Amino acid sequence: MFNFIDWLASTSGSIALRESLYMYPWIESAHVLFITIFFGTLLFVDLRLTGYGFKNLSISQMNAKILPLTLIGFLFMIITGLLLFYALPVRNYQNLFFRIKLFLMLLAGLNAWYFHRTMNRQSKAWDKNSFIPFRMKVSATISLVLWGLVILSGRMIAYNWFDCDKQPQSELVNFLISCTVDPEIYEYLNGI
Amino acid sequence: MESNQLLEIIYLLEDSYIGEYVRGSLWLFPVIQSFHLIGLGILGGAVVIGDFRLLGILMKTETTSYVIRVTKPWFNFGLSILILTGIPLFLSEAVKCYYSRAFWIKISCLLMGTIFVYFIRNPIVLSREENFFMKILGVLSFSIWVVTAASGRWIGFS
Repeated sequence: MFNFIDWLASTSGSIALRESLYMYPWIESAHVLFITIFFGTLLFVDLRLTGYGFKNLSISQMNAKILPLTLIGFLFMIITGLLLFYALPVRNYQNLFFRIKLFLMLLAGLNAWYFHRTMNRQSKAWDKNSFIPFRMKVSATISLVLWGLVILSGRMIAYNWFDCDKQPQSELVNFLISCTVDPEIYEYLNGI
Repeated sequence: MESNQLLEIIYLLEDSYIGEYVRGSLWLFPVIQSFHLIGLGILGGAVVIGDFRLLGILMKTETTSYVIRVTKPWFNFGLSILILTGIPLFLSEAVKCYYSRAFWIKISCLLMGTIFVYFIRNPIVLSREENFFMKILGVLSFSIWVVTAASGRWIGFS
């Protein structure tokens, strides 16, 4: 895996992104704007599920009207995010916050999958009785909390507190970021 | 006010207790910033849904006034979080902000956007039937807030 990441960093596109003065900030700003569109529209979908916001609309209407925009935001958020990763592959790959963020996104994805599976089966009944099962309200709340934590960990990627080139780190941190340090160097640094 | 007088105030703000406190902490700045981003998401959702409805892109079967009425409290909530978290962020690096062009663009757009939404967009949309003029309101509001958010992000690059 590391060889692939290392190779990625050596490609001309990655070097160009890394060394450009304006490309990186522009992509980063676009990333923030698409996060806003994604998170902000998802908020209204999840609010509807917990019983707030657009109460005149049924769950299935709400999803049909808003989710396409949420998905567009998601798509561009991922594209800009991949470009940001591509600019600094090694640094991101071995960054603790980046790994936490990916893990949280995986959880958010599983939650969304569970939620949509249930909704596809039951939303007609919810629309008719204007009733939402409690576990769906929990799922909507978890979705917002997880994406909030994704934003938090994403923001923290900028900090090198737990980076591989900043030793000594605890063994746990080095394990979590797949960082191998020469034992002698590690001993020496710990001694300082 | 003369500009050096303003700069003196800026230095006082930077030396304020909150400014010192945020600056002195390793993790407080990015954590406050993350909540600032979440506030931006809440405000952004309200703006994008409201303005896209005015443009006729979203929720076409709902009236414009209904969509604005529902998104309004969340706009207020998002803006409150943004201001509450934005003040300590500003205090911690007031002098840097003073010399940052992006900061002044952001503050100008923030003021314009807030005045525009509260005193022009919302009163018009809430009191009138939908008409073509509302598309212009939607374009203006959306553009101002995009520039506000983007120039806000740009403060960090300068």
